[in-house]
Amino acid sequence: MARRVSNRRKTLVTIVAWAVGIAIFFPILWTILTSFKTEAEAIASPPKFLFFDWTLENYAEVNSRSNYFLHFMNSVIISVGSTLLGLAIAIPAAWSMAFVPGKRTKDVLMWMLSTKMLPPVGVLIPIYLLFRDSGLLDTRLGLVIVLTLINLPIIVWMLFTYFKEIPGEILEAARMDGAGLWEEVVHVLTPMAVPGIASTLLLNIILAWNEAFWTLNLTAAKAAPLTAFIASYSSPEGLFYAKLSAASTLAIAPILVLGWFSQKQLVRGLTFGAVK
Amino acid sequence: MATAHSRVAARFMISPAVLLLLGWMIVPLSMTIYFSFLSYNLLMPGMEEFIGFTNYRFFLTDPAFFAALANTLLLVGGVLVITIVGGTALALLLDQPFWGQGIVRILVIAPFFVMPTVSALVWKNMFMNPVNGLFAHLAKAIGLEPFDFLAHAPLASIILIVAWQWLPFATLILLTALQSLDQEQLEASEMDGANFGNRFIYIVLPHMARAITVVVLIQTIFLLSVFAEILVTTNGGPGYASTNITYLVYAQSLLQFDVGGGSAGGIVAVILANIVAVFLMRMIGKNLEA
Amino acid sequence: MTVFVRALLGATALTLAVSPALAEKLTIATVNNGDMIRMQKLTDDFTAKNPDIELEWVTLEENVLRQRVTTDIATNGGQYDIMTIGTYEVPIWAKQGWLVDLNDLPASYDIDDLLPAIRGGLTVDGKLYAAPFYGESSMVMYRTDLMKKANLEMPDAPTWDFIKQAAAAMTDKNNEVYGICLRGKAGWGENMAFLTAMSNSYGARWFDMDWKPQFDSEAWKATLTDYLDLMNNYGPPGASNNGFNENLSLFQTGKCGMWIDATVAASFVTNPKDSTVADKVGFALAPDKGLGKRGNWLWAWSLGIPAGSQKVDAAKKFIAWATSKDYLKLVADKEGWANVPPGTRTSLYENPKYQEAAPFAKMTLESINAADPQHPTVDEVPYVGVQFVAIPEFQGIGTAVGQQFSAALAGTVTADQALKNAQMITERTMMKAGYIK
Repeated sequence: MARRVSNRRKTLVTIVAWAVGIAIFFPILWTILTSFKTEAEAIASPPKFLFFDWTLENYAEVNSRSNYFLHFMNSVIISVGSTLLGLAIAIPAAWSMAFVPGKRTKDVLMWMLSTKMLPPVGVLIPIYLLFRDSGLLDTRLGLVIVLTLINLPIIVWMLFTYFKEIPGEILEAARMDGAGLWEEVVHVLTPMAVPGIASTLLLNIILAWNEAFWTLNLTAAKAAPLTAFIASYSSPEGLFYAKLSAASTLAIAPILVLGWFSQKQLVRGLTFGAVK
Repeated sequence: MATAHSRVAARFMISPAVLLLLGWMIVPLSMTIYFSFLSYNLLMPGMEEFIGFTNYRFFLTDPAFFAALANTLLLVGGVLVITIVGGTALALLLDQPFWGQGIVRILVIAPFFVMPTVSALVWKNMFMNPVNGLFAHLAKAIGLEPFDFLAHAPLASIILIVAWQWLPFATLILLTALQSLDQEQLEASEMDGANFGNRFIYIVLPHMARAITVVVLIQTIFLLSVFAEILVTTNGGPGYASTNITYLVYAQSLLQFDVGGGSAGGIVAVILANIVAVFLMRMIGKNLEA
Repeated sequence: MTVFVRALLGATALTLAVSPALAEKLTIATVNNGDMIRMQKLTDDFTAKNPDIELEWVTLEENVLRQRVTTDIATNGGQYDIMTIGTYEVPIWAKQGWLVDLNDLPASYDIDDLLPAIRGGLTVDGKLYAAPFYGESSMVMYRTDLMKKANLEMPDAPTWDFIKQAAAAMTDKNNEVYGICLRGKAGWGENMAFLTAMSNSYGARWFDMDWKPQFDSEAWKATLTDYLDLMNNYGPPGASNNGFNENLSLFQTGKCGMWIDATVAASFVTNPKDSTVADKVGFALAPDKGLGKRGNWLWAWSLGIPAGSQKVDAAKKFIAWATSKDYLKLVADKEGWANVPPGTRTSLYENPKYQEAAPFAKMTLESINAADPQHPTVDEVPYVGVQFVAIPEFQGIGTAVGQQFSAALAGTVTADQALKNAQMITERTMMKAGYIK
């Protein structure tokens, strides 16, 4: 028997769910609306929701003040680059942990996760010195390396939980057929793990996109991503709500769109092995 | 099943990740430990000297330290409670059939994609500001005195902001777990006359235990190092009311440029984080044992 | 994926290989204040005159900027060719030999035209280490219409007692008019800039001649008590999170009767485009207590060149352009005299066109001249700086003490407790840094 639901109940749930959804989304909606107001309207009392003079002047202003495209490209390169590099390192590691577990496998995994608990502010100065000496300051490569390292534990763990759900017998069968290690990984394991890898990829792009400590502190002009772009609008002199909203909208829009389009994949994979 | 051959291969495959993380941990960490025994102010180069445990003594006797410790625990705990309770409720709601499920789900997960800096700026200025913020307008509209969130409830306000960002994450994982629940079992119990509360406690909750553990683990890792939200909204104040350990270390090393003191603070933070990690591992070990 | 990785490596290789200067590229770190933003938009004038120099901007919010440039210069990171720094950094950095001295700027720069107080704040051992882009002191900005309504007249040089009386008379909380807006947000450059300057006029000081902190003095107690009294009775809600910007928008939207803050704000509050009270603003010197010092500060956002830079000549060219008389004229031509960066040059204040366009010119100049960074306090002190103490430890202490005073304003601690905590925090740091045993 499928769950039969009375229409009355469905209507009620619909109303509640939409109300909650809109409430949760509201801060973002409000930011987007405010970005189309003038500065004076942005702080008008009582606040104006839809009936104001829609204007693009804030976007024009933001565009003339900063090189949005450069920051955007940096964000893309850094987040995608660090995620791909991370996957390249993490897939073999997660594979071996999942299919050839040793006595210490779980300890290694937990140790990896614990490296994520290092407070970044505590090690900024050493890293800055190292980057200076290796010429990595203000380079995309430098940020790709750092973000790969800080997100690696999460990537390894996520992949590990997916791989573990793949039944070992399939691999046994492949091995019987004479598949080598490489074929096993490429032809058998990877296709099965695609949903897991896809959602790992998405989650890590999001995490890397939003990382605001290292990206801000290790860059100047050339490699600065959108987090640095936001830092130039956060509290200037004078009224700034509308300009801040426009800059915020520009900074979060790409990842928001990506997230929305790929939410099915993201949701399907975002289990961390939480579901048996 | 693992042959000696595959064991070697496995070792080989895991080593890049392990070595990189080891390097990432050991190099900065050993430099930090070294600095933590020096009197080292960034603004006075060439004056470094070995001073033993002085930095640690000053950091641990700082009244800000205990306030920060308590705030860190409150922040992590508060956000976890809100996101897990709220996430469970949301998951139960979104699991029901209703019109426009896809769109509502998109609306609910949206905050997860927002940069922490942006969300803190938006909440601080456009909502919590006691003069021009939306909450102030609302309060005035119904004839109340606007409440000054960041001055009178700084930590609670930050918990709210952070919880808003992490609620979607908890909801998603809990929803996935909920969807894998055996419907027949539920319906059978419904026929047996179990009411909603009983079904929730005896069937749904045990099923979600694992998912909840995962949410706790992942979020704790990120919540221990909440920083941007504090920097943007309250700067840790008023007083130390919203300073957490991460922020305190920041204040030492990058406001005061006292690298020695900041390093000592960093080491203390690492030790504390590891205590939490051990605690978490125990918990995960019990719940995630495959 | 491999294509992507290759593209990525290619891209990074390109960025790594510093392009062998067809055009020299200057990386300039600056703060996101209005005058700086305007400068960025006007740089076509510079690049037209200097086709061999390209400019790259890093615009950051003040606190982030300070943290970035200080980390960079102290570790000799070499990220920036020009840094925007203030009067706090210059003496400390110059002593470390971190800045290139600017004494050989071309004669057309007319270094003697710089306002003496500002120039003095940027000079160490007779050498100028940073060129002022704009300078400021602080003064009282008030609403002439509200003063009239309250039947009061603002003297040119008010006392704190008068300020209190006026604040009481102007406050009308039902209509969201607050008699006085002051900084409350914690930070050495936020509430402590105001409170330190205020305390100078009350005869207080940060340290005595033996570097012993003085927060246990009666003068500090009087300062803090009066400040809290003013703000709690006549200030806006949420004052403990109000910095310069927050107060500026309050004042611009007509919610403040008086505001004691940076003189640069004058051009914002009188600009009809942003301000609803543009034609109703009057100016007066910062208040005093009859002890010979006024509660006004001195600050100049300035451009300096880090000693490690490879592009000193190009950087000097840019600095000479951005802080020149010609630049002031350029802004005046494009945006009107009222919008030129104030507070750096004597000639600007002698210019009748400026005097006419900027009703606040006279008061700004007098305020700047009334500040004396070398002798900021009533009693003698071992340090330089009006609203700060020019020692490396000050940023940290200033902000920690600022937190305490901000908490006192929010009402979470009492004034006495805040002072006691401030004293303890400062003693601890000074002890650790070896100033006191």
